[in-house]
Amino acid sequence: MKRTNAVNNLLLFYIPLSLLVLFAVFPYIWTFLTSIKPDTELYTSEVKYFTQHPTFKNYMDLFQKSNFMKNMMNSFFVAMATAVISLFVSVLAAYAFARFEFKGKMYFMVSFLLINMFPAVLLLTPLFVIMRKIGLLYTPYSLVIAYSTFTIPFSVWLLTGYIRDLPVALEEAAMVDGCNRMQAFFRITLPLTAPGIVATGIYIFITAWNEFVFALMFTNEATRTLPVALQTFIGQYDIQWGLLTAGGVITTIPVVVLFMLVQKKLVEGLTAGAVKG
Amino acid sequence: MKNFWSKSAPYLLITPSLLLMMLIIAYPIANSVSISFLKYILFKPKDIEFIGVNNYFNVLKDPVFWQSLFNTIIWIAAGVFFQFFFGLLLALLLNRNFIGRRIVRSIILIPWVTPGVLIGLMWKWMYDGNYGVINDILSRLHLIQDYVPWLAKSETALLSVIITIVWQGIPFFAIMLLAGLQAIPEELYEAGKVDGATGWQAFWHITLPMLKPTILVSTLLRVIWVANSVDVVYIMTGGGPGYSSLTLSVYTYMKAQKAMDFGYASTLAIYLTLMLSVVALFYLKNLNLKEVR
Repeated sequence: MKRTNAVNNLLLFYIPLSLLVLFAVFPYIWTFLTSIKPDTELYTSEVKYFTQHPTFKNYMDLFQKSNFMKNMMNSFFVAMATAVISLFVSVLAAYAFARFEFKGKMYFMVSFLLINMFPAVLLLTPLFVIMRKIGLLYTPYSLVIAYSTFTIPFSVWLLTGYIRDLPVALEEAAMVDGCNRMQAFFRITLPLTAPGIVATGIYIFITAWNEFVFALMFTNEATRTLPVALQTFIGQYDIQWGLLTAGGVITTIPVVVLFMLVQKKLVEGLTAGAVKG
Repeated sequence: MKNFWSKSAPYLLITPSLLLMMLIIAYPIANSVSISFLKYILFKPKDIEFIGVNNYFNVLKDPVFWQSLFNTIIWIAAGVFFQFFFGLLLALLLNRNFIGRRIVRSIILIPWVTPGVLIGLMWKWMYDGNYGVINDILSRLHLIQDYVPWLAKSETALLSVIITIVWQGIPFFAIMLLAGLQAIPEELYEAGKVDGATGWQAFWHITLPMLKPTILVSTLLRVIWVANSVDVVYIMTGGGPGYSSLTLSVYTYMKAQKAMDFGYASTLAIYLTLMLSVVALFYLKNLNLKEVR
């Protein structure tokens, strides 16, 4: 009896789980292994898995021979600005949705939900034309605006959930003790929902950092962000896989680190709607 | 006075976001509709003219549109189905207690926060017809004789990009379904055990019905998300070879970004939006609005 249990465990649990985990991580392992290979070992008739001569030449080249540092700064600015602006307007709206009953509330909430479903390509052409008209095209601000179109509705939705999870009683107690609503908001609601707000902010940052579709059209050489820079390593005739994989590793690490910090809170917020709804 | 403030406070609070949404979403969409009535090619500013609904008719006469619509249906159906299938499998596995569960759960989520461009590039490199690791593994396993240029053959291009989108989407499904699984009360399974239900019976009669709302919501969100996804296909194949892996959103994007044909691109985008609205309507109908959080 015990024996079949162990076999069952192996067949039905450990083997499928290991396979799925391997499937999930293999592309990253392969990307990293490629990035530390010398160029001569990249294009061999037989694929070499582990190099005998690991090198960081691709990483050095990335920073010395391309504008990667500049691209990184651009990405950082855009992602940071998007996160700050989106959070500011979203926290206010989310507080209204979570704490007030008012006419048209359902209507407003549903419209925020619906906006999330618009295809990016629908906003692409008109925003391009508008940005060009007001002279913002090829500046980082055009991306901040474009990204706000999907980060704001999404954050409102996420933040409303976090604020609603905080017992109203806490604010009410503060108001009984002489705080007005605004003081209660700043002294009670805001600090207590800070983990949720930080998680939302990081999620916005990641989304903006990763975005490519708008970035390709709304930037030029000076304002290019990381995903667009990665794409430029694809030449007309050949692809510089060494540089590309090194760039990929550098682009992904900050995002993964940030994500790990808030993962638990973020997953809580994201899944709450789907499970309860 | 006090009453006035508490009544208008919520409206004041939502005003900044509403104003911004009007300005950067509603106004551009209205703009997009008006562009769709124009012959508007960006680098021919002198040729801009009003052509009424001509773009809308031209799309329906465009064989590439129909091909991309057909591809999109396969892309969504196969992509979302396998994301769901493997996501559910993963969620069921992760719903057990085992050593290292938290680490596995974190690792498994990484594809979800990886830039789409990088995902496209990593897989393009793995699929490479000459130096690709996928060819190497398959030929070592004797599953193929000769290396296959997966992304450069029209028979395999769509299949290959679908595998990539499945890989990208598994984590989302897994965490959604895992949250759903954890919300099922333990007592139900205990009651099932008392009544003599086997593992499979418990899965069919307890787990699946209880999970239904979560499955419904996350599947529909995924359908919309997969339909709108541009970067992975754009990077991996650019819709090619020919139009074999072109989806509707990629076609729209390339019409705007490469051909700079804004009138036509806006029209395609509006068709796509209308089709997705039907899906969204279905979603809203099946959702109890009072419980939306």
